[in-house]
Amino acid sequence: MTKVFQKPHALCDVPLHYCPGCSHGIVHRLVAEVIDELGIEGSTIGVAPVGCAVFAYNYFECDMQEAAHGRAPAVATGIKRALPDKVVFTYQGDGDLAAIGTAETVHIATRGEKVTTIFINNAIYGMTGGQMAPTTLPGQITQTTPYGRDVSTQGYPVRVCEMLSTLDGVALAARVAVNNIKNIKAAKAAVKKAFEYQIQGLGYSIVEVVSSCPTNWGLSPKEAVKWLEDNMLAYYPLGVYKDKGEGADAK
Amino acid sequence: MSEKVLMKGNEALAEAAIQAGCRLFFGYPITPQTEVSAYMAKKMPKIGGTFLQAESEVAAINMVYGAAGAGARVMTSSSSPGISLKAEGISYIAGADLPCVICNIVRGGPGLGGIQPAQSDYFQATKGGGHGDYKLIVLAPSGIQELVNLTVEAFDLADAYRMPVMIMGDGMLGQMMEPVAFGSYTPRKLEEKTWAANGTAGKRKHNVINSLYIQPDELENLVVARYKKYSEIERTEVKLEEYMCSDAEIIMVSYGTTARIVKSAIKILREKGVKAGLIRPITLWPFPGKTISQYADRVKNFLAVEMSMGQMVEDVRLAVNGEADVAFFGRTGGVVPSPAEVVAKVESILGGAAK
Repeated sequence: MTKVFQKPHALCDVPLHYCPGCSHGIVHRLVAEVIDELGIEGSTIGVAPVGCAVFAYNYFECDMQEAAHGRAPAVATGIKRALPDKVVFTYQGDGDLAAIGTAETVHIATRGEKVTTIFINNAIYGMTGGQMAPTTLPGQITQTTPYGRDVSTQGYPVRVCEMLSTLDGVALAARVAVNNIKNIKAAKAAVKKAFEYQIQGLGYSIVEVVSSCPTNWGLSPKEAVKWLEDNMLAYYPLGVYKDKGEGADAK
Repeated sequence: MSEKVLMKGNEALAEAAIQAGCRLFFGYPITPQTEVSAYMAKKMPKIGGTFLQAESEVAAINMVYGAAGAGARVMTSSSSPGISLKAEGISYIAGADLPCVICNIVRGGPGLGGIQPAQSDYFQATKGGGHGDYKLIVLAPSGIQELVNLTVEAFDLADAYRMPVMIMGDGMLGQMMEPVAFGSYTPRKLEEKTWAANGTAGKRKHNVINSLYIQPDELENLVVARYKKYSEIERTEVKLEEYMCSDAEIIMVSYGTTARIVKSAIKILREKGVKAGLIRPITLWPFPGKTISQYADRVKNFLAVEMSMGQMVEDVRLAVNGEADVAFFGRTGGVVPSPAEVVAKVESILGGAAK
């Protein structure tokens, strides 16, 4: 019998701990497929964050390091400088990347470190039970914004790709989503490009994935996709914000 | 064996690290240790190494974590406020069993404190600093040659025990110049770093560098195993200097540059007929408590001399365990004690004892 669908080799054959409807599973798979297609599993070192994806070190077959909260870009820098011929990626959530680790995020980008970041933006802190994230939308209810995020006291959400696209060290900054088949395909292409740019030595590459968190949004998986489409995509438009590659698309 | 050269402490430290095979240095500028970074910035690019000025001490120590996890010999250097910022990373490095060398050229504190020499980070270095059950090997040189020798050995100790090693100096040690020779060290036999996350090459299961263990019994077992390693280090790696202790009626305990001041005080005291001696811990952890306790059987007076309000003195008291009197003399905030002050303190203790 011919196998028509199987787990990518770079993904460990273990059950993932993610909730139903969470985007992490899809994004893990996309990263693993790209690692398989580029044939880089044996030369890749991944850096897991603190947050829902903390156990990512158990899910990828390549070597992994677990970083402190927000410090994945610094850890990745240390790895890449020690092993410049290897491929290094970080996998981070919005609290990790855009709150506690903002300095590390900005400076890995300014240095143009040859590292790839997969950034999960689901507008909430997942692991700690649904608190406000730097990317929580205005008016969004979370455990720590029980009356909705009031921008006059809690500030505005951070648009990471837009911010990083101003920095010369960034080779690729793209925002994608995994809410439908078309977007999943586009997301995979962006992840692949991000790894390729690293291998080509073009600089730092980041793919932001607008993601859903049904559990902490208090919605069913299906409702969560709709909420993402109705609310998040307006504040976080999909697209390529920076592309240093040859023959890069204008958009 | 090379010829002697005149070098500043901070630069000698950097050169010693390079000679020990350190090819990655991650730092952030802070007085009074910035010459370490400056030396690395000049030398590393010429020898295929990496000098990287990080965006913060927090980032620098996490770069150290990454490079150490990749299997490289790596160092960072800072001074007191910067070490506080690194404390998080040091705890993670200890929890992930990673070898690295961290240098603290101590200045006065707390807070921004000052930029003059101090020893008020003893607790931070030897009792934790970061969170959790862990230890650092802490080396406290008192001169530039010893700084060089201990720096080279620090990398071997770190690799041998898979743990962070701290070199603790102070502004005096970092800034002063003395003649030093390099190249006399015989390296230890070390195991290959088969645990390093440096790419599986398709030949092995993935390596994971991590300090997270959700199951309490699993975490407890790991910490207990680490403490067994610490016990072995306490048995085998203690370094100290005993100076004029054999006939001493009072023994001073002092480390680093302060121990040199104490030696000057001992000279003055001996000329006056006072039999004073010195135990100088070279490893602050493991602390040479055993030697101190052996002397406590016959010496009735101990005096800890530190550039702090009294931190190491607590370890001296633990070692003496009530068998003798333990006094303390210290200056802090960047004030360096004079030999005359130490002499006066000894005389007051012995005079008081005679009364």
